[in-house]
Amino acid sequence: MDARIFVASQWQLMWWRFRKHKVALVSAVVVIGFYTIVLGADFLAYADPDASEAQRSLMPPQRVHFFDGGRFAPYVHGVKGVRDPQTFKRVYRPDPSRKVPIRFFAEGAPYHFLGVFPATRHLIGVDGGGDAAQAIFLLGTDVQGRDLWSRLMYGTRISLTIGLFGVTLSLILGVFLGGLSGFYGGVTDTLIQRTIEILRSIPTIPLWMGLAAAMPREWTILQVYFAITIIISLLGWTELARVVRGRFLAMREEDFVVSARLVGCTRTRTIFVHMVPSFMSHIIAATTLALPAMIVSETALSFLGLGLRPPAISWGVLLQQAQNVQTVAISPWLMLPAVPVIVVVMAFNFLGDGLRDAADPYGH
Amino acid sequence: MLAYVGRRVLLAVFTVWAISVLSFAIIQLPPGDYVTSYIAQMASSGSVVTEEEAQNLRIQYGLGQPIYVQYLKWMKLVVRGDFGQSMEWKRPVIEVIGDRLWLTVVISVAALILTWVLALPIGIYSAVRQYSPGDYLATFVGFIGLAVPNFLLALVLLYLGFVLFNAHIGGLFTPELQDAPWSAARAWDLAKHLPIPALILGLAGTAQQVRIMRANLLDELRKPYVVTARSKGLSELRVILKYPVRMALNPFASTIGYTLPYIVSGSIIVSLVLGLPTVGPLLLKALIAQDMFLAGTIVLLLGVMTVIGTLLSDILLVWIDPRIRIEET
Amino acid sequence: MATEPLLSVRNLKTYFAQDEGTVRAVDGVSFDMAQGVTLGIVGESGCGKSITARSILRIVDRPGKILEGEIHFRRPPKNGGMPQTVDLARLDPNGSEMRAIRGAEIALIFQEPMSSFSPVHTIGNQIIEAILLHQPVTRREARAQTIEILRRVGVSSPEERVDQLSNQLSGGLRQRAMIAMALSCKPTLLIADEPTTALDVTTQTQILELMRQLQREDGMAIMLITHDLGVIAEMATDVAVMYLGRVVEQAPVDAIFHDPKHPYTRALLTSIPRIRSRTRERLTPIAGAVPHPYDRPAGCPFHPRCANFMPGKCDREAPALRPVADHHAVSCFLYE
Repeated sequence: MDARIFVASQWQLMWWRFRKHKVALVSAVVVIGFYTIVLGADFLAYADPDASEAQRSLMPPQRVHFFDGGRFAPYVHGVKGVRDPQTFKRVYRPDPSRKVPIRFFAEGAPYHFLGVFPATRHLIGVDGGGDAAQAIFLLGTDVQGRDLWSRLMYGTRISLTIGLFGVTLSLILGVFLGGLSGFYGGVTDTLIQRTIEILRSIPTIPLWMGLAAAMPREWTILQVYFAITIIISLLGWTELARVVRGRFLAMREEDFVVSARLVGCTRTRTIFVHMVPSFMSHIIAATTLALPAMIVSETALSFLGLGLRPPAISWGVLLQQAQNVQTVAISPWLMLPAVPVIVVVMAFNFLGDGLRDAADPYGH
Repeated sequence: MLAYVGRRVLLAVFTVWAISVLSFAIIQLPPGDYVTSYIAQMASSGSVVTEEEAQNLRIQYGLGQPIYVQYLKWMKLVVRGDFGQSMEWKRPVIEVIGDRLWLTVVISVAALILTWVLALPIGIYSAVRQYSPGDYLATFVGFIGLAVPNFLLALVLLYLGFVLFNAHIGGLFTPELQDAPWSAARAWDLAKHLPIPALILGLAGTAQQVRIMRANLLDELRKPYVVTARSKGLSELRVILKYPVRMALNPFASTIGYTLPYIVSGSIIVSLVLGLPTVGPLLLKALIAQDMFLAGTIVLLLGVMTVIGTLLSDILLVWIDPRIRIEET
Repeated sequence: MATEPLLSVRNLKTYFAQDEGTVRAVDGVSFDMAQGVTLGIVGESGCGKSITARSILRIVDRPGKILEGEIHFRRPPKNGGMPQTVDLARLDPNGSEMRAIRGAEIALIFQEPMSSFSPVHTIGNQIIEAILLHQPVTRREARAQTIEILRRVGVSSPEERVDQLSNQLSGGLRQRAMIAMALSCKPTLLIADEPTTALDVTTQTQILELMRQLQREDGMAIMLITHDLGVIAEMATDVAVMYLGRVVEQAPVDAIFHDPKHPYTRALLTSIPRIRSRTRERLTPIAGAVPHPYDRPAGCPFHPRCANFMPGKCDREAPALRPVADHHAVSCFLYE
């Protein structure tokens, strides 16, 4: 084992250390799973996320029966339209007399896989096309009768990508400012440090809310999406800047940096060729740890109605329906979008911890 | 010590200035200027603003002049206590805010104190009895605190309270006392309602501090001076509390300073979910209605309260133990 | 002079249960100490000397545990009563009896005086604490005693030093302060774990001289743990040589140096550079390396490195510690 360590590269070492953390490994798998959903949202969803039908409002999740007379043949009960005795409105209720078989890789609404390849197959589906009575609602429906499962799939896509873009922006800002701070020191450092301290002392949510509320109502969803990204990244860069600065400070005095300069490397070369690779691992760990905050920020803003708005779908938008405790008490499945939020935050935290330990097992 | 306090005060002053600029930016962001919207508002309710009044307003708020002049005029008004008029409520902003700001402060401070009070003993226990069932329990609860965003936690607890106990755990007062004037009964009512919101707000911070305390203490417990203390014949409890805990407290104390902004931030959304009569719900309504003076003032006052609170806690900590300051520099 | 030994350790075993295996840090150690003597415990790093000391004082860190063995300690008579012997291994480590002994009747001084003092409490605070813990005196009296004992160990200006932090003292002064703290309650046994290793040579001499002087004045016994044979030669009356958790040889100091019996002791002595050796003479290290704690050799722990290894015997069983001459015991099959 000793001989192997001698010739292993820094990344291999990191991978070996990382492998020992079972929890971090599991988290990595979970994260990959989530981003698979991002790519395959269209495939995994089986209904049009925007198709609303008031009569299907607030249907609870359907129970999936896996065995039909001894064979593995999953089905759900059909729904039928009845007249509600109290409101005299026509609503859909589960009909136990009818069985709607679930098909795998069924034909459904057309979409473009990865935005390029046209396809019509979905993971699951039912026969009967658009017949509302022959439908499946794995996670129930919302107030407007839209299928929650499909909306969750699309919502995952948006929530996770916003987080990714946000953290990238934060990363750029953080590395730039943190690097300036750490490398040059002196006045630049003091200035940037004080700015960071000031930003840390301010409660961030009121500021976000203010900035978000200032977005004109007329903006398109895309514009709003990017504006939100910028807003959440503007306050998230401080932590990354601190990590970068810390690394730069620690490394400035290291022998290998001094010798690079003595040999005649220019400053730029010293930074990019010599210093940056040695703290890449720390940056990756810090970035992973910063992601959950981004995702939660977007979720919070959209939850309040200040972030993404319908018809855009994100976890926060989905959770908006769950703001009212009376609504939730009757239809608790509306809180289900909270589950991926919690799982993703935990997964990224464990993953980030694992990466951080692997990058620098002696603590930072 | 004076130098340290001086530096913190100076920084606080700068921070307050930065907050005022940001709040002003929020006020200015929506399109159109204040007076136009004011006139429109007045018109829609049937009153008329004369040209002269409009002009006076324009001069008073410095509209039409460069932005920094407007900012200075606004600051002058603010410093005098005039925060402007709320368009939606048609009353001075400060009246609309009323009690809510103080309630926000109360909850935030309660959450902060809870964080300190809980994190310290739990952190110590976790470190000293590493890998015990108590340690695992604390770690588990800690994960919940870190992984579940506070407003979701509030939502889930509300739901559980409603469904399991048929109790409404939101709100800071029982309905009868909600708008009553202050009295001992009202204060006691508030105190009874405080624990759950304070816990929800403080849980993430507590979890964070427990981790820090545990890690620090684990480091210190291995050090030689602990063995020395034990070899003198001190009881285990005294050994731990007098020596390694004291050392582990240093970095712990310096992280507390940044918990307050986080808590105040969190209280905004949690108040919305729990229906607490604090500044949070008011801010949201103001922002949606584009009632900018109300919104901007709330942001300003919240920020200032937070900075003052952080400054006070910093000074308090330094006063309690000047050695903390030595560690930090 | 009492004929009963002050300290009698019998077959002490302290093991550490780790995930990867059990570390047998102290694996059957036995020795006796009479009143007022200086027992030198010598051995390489990792041979278990420090853990032996900690086991005696019952401050072994978790997951270490004393599995077997007895530690008979003769407590000094209280209020004109009879001296009692108590088995320290049976006492509750955090109980009041053990804590009354620890620090007052048996004291311990450490290698690193810098990190052995708390950096945020004054020297005086830490010494006074020890006094108040074991003696029924007031704080003022304790403070006076502290200043006295600091003066006695040679700390200059003790009235000022008493209020200083440990980082305000030099290495030598700190070690003196540590000795003062250990002696503050007049112990009958002082355990010194590598007391001079972290000091420069001049300071070393001073500290050793101080210890000898205090011993003469107070009549206390000293257990001196070190890897430095020179210190042993200077200070010890008896010597116990340890290897991998066992005592391999025990004898009066002269016998150890002039008539070493165990192959390990012999190898140790040969490996010391001599001032009278010829120039460019090669040093003779001991062949091999100390085995990994999880990878102990079967039988006699030293056999893989032993020049007198007897196959079939030394790798099967471990030899017991047997007397071979007057006060001289060895654990080696060569002498059985």
